[in-house]
Amino acid sequence: MPLLPTPNEPPGAALMSQVSLAVGADPAHVRVVRLVAGAVARRAGVDEESVDEVKLAVGEACALAVSAMQAHDLTGHADRLVVEIEDDAGIEVVVRAPVDLEQHALDAHAGELFPDGLAVIRGLLDDVSISSDGAGSLVRMSWAAEVAHPTV
Amino acid sequence: MDLSLETRTQNNRTIVEVGGEIDVYTAPKLRECLVDQVNAGSYHLVIDLEGVDFLDSTGLGVLVGGLKRVRSHEGSLALVCTHERLLKIFRITGLTKVFPIHDTVDAAVADAE
Repeated sequence: MPLLPTPNEPPGAALMSQVSLAVGADPAHVRVVRLVAGAVARRAGVDEESVDEVKLAVGEACALAVSAMQAHDLTGHADRLVVEIEDDAGIEVVVRAPVDLEQHALDAHAGELFPDGLAVIRGLLDDVSISSDGAGSLVRMSWAAEVAHPTV
Repeated sequence: MDLSLETRTQNNRTIVEVGGEIDVYTAPKLRECLVDQVNAGSYHLVIDLEGVDFLDSTGLGVLVGGLKRVRSHEGSLALVCTHERLLKIFRITGLTKVFPIHDTVDAAVADAE
């Protein structure tokens, strides 16, 4: 796929792009990811209320991943949480955690009054899938754009 | 934006005015503030969230922890919040049934008396 639109393509046709972030198990970086996801969503034409939802859901997934990584001593240079944000008539966010988030959520929130981050995501979104295989988890979330063409 | 915390007393209630973002990075600072208040003998807290731009489940956990602490001393914890984006999180998590949530600090203080 070309990185930039060619002159023959309609505006916005080739603007589909992906922003990828890889961060370590540092709580301070969760805010960075959240702000980038919010900025990409806004640029993709997602309405303001949903931009808040994007920031919350992405923040929840990353906060849970960071706490799970810390709990499992995955704090080395090679231990990375990867977040891919695809801008295409809205956005799709995929969070790849090197640790089982569903198991961590169960362990960390046993007996608590309030739900874990994954429960918040499931409560916020209809369009979400969470899968885990014991070694890691993948959280996929998407939001539609409010307008046909992304704003620049 | 980081987290800002200011405390004052009003009608024997301790008002904790919170500003900024409460997330996995800043929540420990809020937890420490609430623990300090309870350790200092302040068992009736009103937490003003009107200056809060962002709140996640980590922040909710700190608020629930604060509630447990004050209740163990026969105390109370009320919230002040009118922002829809924050109220939505309390509704999703069922915490509107756990915390009294008021529109103003004055209303929260009056309700507690």
